[in-house]
Amino acid sequence: MSAADESLATRKAPFDVARIREDFPILKRLVHGKPLVYLDNSASTQKPQAVIDAMARFYADGYSNVHRGVYLLSEEATRSFEEARDKVRAFLGARETREIVFVRGTTEAINLVAHTWGRRHVGEGDEVLVSGLEHHSNIVPWQLLCEEKGGRLRVLPIDDRGELMLDRLDELLTPRTRILAVAHISNALGTVNPIRRIVEAAHRRGVKVLVDGAQAVAHHAVDVRDLGCDFYAFSGHKVYGPTGVGVLYGRAELLEAMPPYQGGGDMIRSVSFEKTTFGEIPHKFEAGTPDIGGAVVLGRAIDYVTAIGLEAIAAHETDLLARATEAIRDLPGVRLIGTAREKASVLSFVIQGIHAHDIGTVLDADGIAVRAGHLCAQPVMERFGIPATVRASFGMYNTREEIEAFARAVRKVLEMFR
Amino acid sequence: MPELRDLYQELVLDHGKRPRNRRIPPDANRRADGFNPLCGDRISVFVALRNDVVVDIGFQGSGCAISTASASLMTESLKGKTVAEADALFGKFHALVAGGEGPASPSPELGKLGVFAGVREFPMRVKCATLPWHTLRSALHGDGRAAPSD
Repeated sequence: MSAADESLATRKAPFDVARIREDFPILKRLVHGKPLVYLDNSASTQKPQAVIDAMARFYADGYSNVHRGVYLLSEEATRSFEEARDKVRAFLGARETREIVFVRGTTEAINLVAHTWGRRHVGEGDEVLVSGLEHHSNIVPWQLLCEEKGGRLRVLPIDDRGELMLDRLDELLTPRTRILAVAHISNALGTVNPIRRIVEAAHRRGVKVLVDGAQAVAHHAVDVRDLGCDFYAFSGHKVYGPTGVGVLYGRAELLEAMPPYQGGGDMIRSVSFEKTTFGEIPHKFEAGTPDIGGAVVLGRAIDYVTAIGLEAIAAHETDLLARATEAIRDLPGVRLIGTAREKASVLSFVIQGIHAHDIGTVLDADGIAVRAGHLCAQPVMERFGIPATVRASFGMYNTREEIEAFARAVRKVLEMFR
Repeated sequence: MPELRDLYQELVLDHGKRPRNRRIPPDANRRADGFNPLCGDRISVFVALRNDVVVDIGFQGSGCAISTASASLMTESLKGKTVAEADALFGKFHALVAGGEGPASPSPELGKLGVFAGVREFPMRVKCATLPWHTLRSALHGDGRAAPSD
């Protein structure tokens, strides 16, 4: 057991943000001569030393290709890879390990479902229902599918708070609706959607549900069986793990009935020039050599997050969100974008007469990293009548002091541009 | 480190807040729309061109302080200039804001536009300053659409 593992094993509640910060080397660096205040966790999260070490250790000690060799190293690498899959299964509360498909990220997971399940089940005149708060990655794959098949993309709108208008759900779930694709948590607004209720309504009509969990997994405990969804997607890099690896969960009977996504090695049972038979799930969807290291290290990131505890992380982030909201909401000209009753870890705002990019530049000069722009959610921007927002998004390592620094910098913006 | 005040000089803040020539000239005969897909900013530039001379120029749209001030000061600088002179000025402006590391020494022809010398220290903001100019070039020469290439 390494030192990092021991510190994990002995870590006890209560939540100790100072100790967590020690685990993240990047938080020690200066930006423009100021301590880094990293508030862009919805875009991506920083990596703890345990994750960085696990990556090096895997390549130094345990690396080979998977599912191929008869030699010891290949057996070890295969075991590590499949153990990581089981960690993901437990993390999502899935029933079976074979329901976990490794992909590049949330975007690929959604594209996989659109290409395979979608192409088989969405035909001319059929409908795909998305919501008005989706990230582009949960809009465009469905749009492409509908264009190809002559289907129709429909949208469940959001209200002025940024909450889904659930009273419209029943009328939008028509006899032609095949699948409903919805974010668990909005990347632009922070809205936490009532997935269980949405799934119940959809399933009553025989409509499948895909949940984009990219923003959820690092902030809330997820249990796909409790949610009842058919598909759930997330990215490793948003849960303190590496880029390049993500996960599609799908209910086994759906995955089994779906055609393969890409053809190649590792996804077949037998190949001849006359006929190829495909392998079992999940391998049927994992053509080619996967990101083995990424998957193994994602398993390590899940260990790290689980040891700290998602409930404790959520409570900490809720406190930060409340403080940040309190600190800026009454400043002159500030308008919060997204004021849902259930919100998580995201504070989007605009300031009358001051462009988001100017705010972002001024904050950056103080070492504060926030996102400024359309946040890959242009329909959300349009809904609120703005070209762009500033988004501060919080992670487990952010502190109350950082929220104060953020609020000071926002006040500085007001002084500068007024 | 680059200083914020080098980027946001008083003249820039002033033109960002109160842009000049944000209007469509009544006799405009050239138009182009510029779009920065990175930030979603849109700008339209309108030119009244007579005998190869910019007799009037205005713009519409809203963006950040840098792009708005750049559009405003651009329109002020170009009235009465020939197309060739406008092109030459863009060349000098481009060299000023996208010229690379180190302090810039604005060429005297740039006049007030020299106030954008600080932009080069903020690489993420170069496109903000050049969007109005790319749009102008498209209005003078092109197909009416512009996308910044730097």
